[in-house]
Amino acid sequence: MTTRFTRDHEWIRPEDGPYAAVGITDYAQSQLGDIVFVELPEPGKQLDKGDEAAVVESVKAASEVYAPASGEVVEVNGALADDPALVNQSAESGGWFFKLRLTKPAELDLLMDEHAYHEYLETLREA
Amino acid sequence: MAGAPATDEALRTTPLDSEHRRLGARMVAFAGYSMPVQYREGIVAEHRHTREAAGLFDVSHMGQAFLIGPDHETVAAALEALTPGDFRGLAHGRQRYTLLLNESGGIVDDLMVTRPVSAADDGRLMLVVNASRKKVDYNHIRARLPSNVRLREADDRALIALQGPKAAEVLARRAPDALALGFMRAAPMKLDGIDCHISRSGYTGEDGFEISVPAEKAVEIWRALAAEPEVMPVGLGARDSLRLEAGLCLYGHDIDETTSPVEAALNFALSKRRLAEGGFPGYERIARELAAGPSRLRVGLRVLGKVPAREGTPIEEPGRGRIGTVTSGGFGPTVGAPIAMGYVAREQARPGAPVDLIVRDKPQPAVVAELPFVAHRYARSGRN
Repeated sequence: MTTRFTRDHEWIRPEDGPYAAVGITDYAQSQLGDIVFVELPEPGKQLDKGDEAAVVESVKAASEVYAPASGEVVEVNGALADDPALVNQSAESGGWFFKLRLTKPAELDLLMDEHAYHEYLETLREA
Repeated sequence: MAGAPATDEALRTTPLDSEHRRLGARMVAFAGYSMPVQYREGIVAEHRHTREAAGLFDVSHMGQAFLIGPDHETVAAALEALTPGDFRGLAHGRQRYTLLLNESGGIVDDLMVTRPVSAADDGRLMLVVNASRKKVDYNHIRARLPSNVRLREADDRALIALQGPKAAEVLARRAPDALALGFMRAAPMKLDGIDCHISRSGYTGEDGFEISVPAEKAVEIWRALAAEPEVMPVGLGARDSLRLEAGLCLYGHDIDETTSPVEAALNFALSKRRLAEGGFPGYERIARELAAGPSRLRVGLRVLGKVPAREGTPIEEPGRGRIGTVTSGGFGPTVGAPIAMGYVAREQARPGAPVDLIVRDKPQPAVVAELPFVAHRYARSGRN
């Protein structure tokens, strides 16, 4: 199962077992500009798909990040506390935000795959 | 300050619009104009570059205008009727920061006023006002001028700012006379043979210049300065973080029609002579606040953690209650931390006083701080 994407520019990447990592896409980080702080959820927090999960602060504004799927937060990316710019440099790998233990893995089937997400970005760029 | 992406056809453009697009700027709507919020490098890089070398800013959206009358005394008196500043005594070639006041002592706008270099050109004062207040200011002024003074809008001119420790060295290559200007001085001079009016002032806390040129020459001057190795184009995003670190007010946020100059900690704009003589709008309130202290005061706020506190954030005395509100806030790249300005009850306005800033319902510890956050580095003197 490969990485899936939401229309709000979050990505979710399944890992072994019922786990998945979540972050924002490279397109999202370029839209936000220089990121100065990321507010991450507490491990143990229960999220439903679509809940506000994190907040990204750029120089100009704060933006919400939503849970692409339901689950329990099991780990957060500690590297972002000292180096929020990691999200700008490496949004889709080293700049990951948190990991979930998925409670409804089938929710991922409803999300865009990489090809569909890039097609979606094309429609935004044409606008 | 952040605006929506600029796709609205009704937005005005400056004479440099094509340059911004050519440089890959992200454009936003600001004060009815399509303006660059950043270029490709991003806000933090543009901010740092301005403090380390030289940033180039298109500020043509601001309002340039002339007050014109029979002689300096008459024009100065007309402006003094609207402001608390000393303009009769403004020397040739000098620029002064001032405030348009309303009858309640509130601030209609903040602006720069410049007297011509030579007596032959007296009977004129050049004004630069905020883009967002142009229409309001011009109406306010025109409604209060004597019949022998008029306001001429100079919307056929562009305004370009070059700011930073390398600005003087760069500008001198093309406008050698610029080095003779001290801080807050201005003069007409040639830049690459083009007639400009240049002042040594700005909105960043750094040494720098503001260059007024006819609109049809703006692209040529912009390209000449942008080509210099020390120069980077800088958008409104970094312009905001630079002025915030410098403790400078943004109209409509830190100052507005309800804030007096005393509350806003802008006492330096109140001329001693004018305070002694009285007779300017809002005099009673201002005199009372100077004597007894204002009920609230603009202060700096240094956030102790990493969470930015933005405009509208409540300010509380820890464990007690609300004492004020943030009016400007964000991240200061030179400070390396979130910073803000806001108003607090005068009794709480002590540097070092701990406060809580309530961001997303959680108290973020901060302290009241003196302004500026980054020391000003204005030119000490011109060559002459």
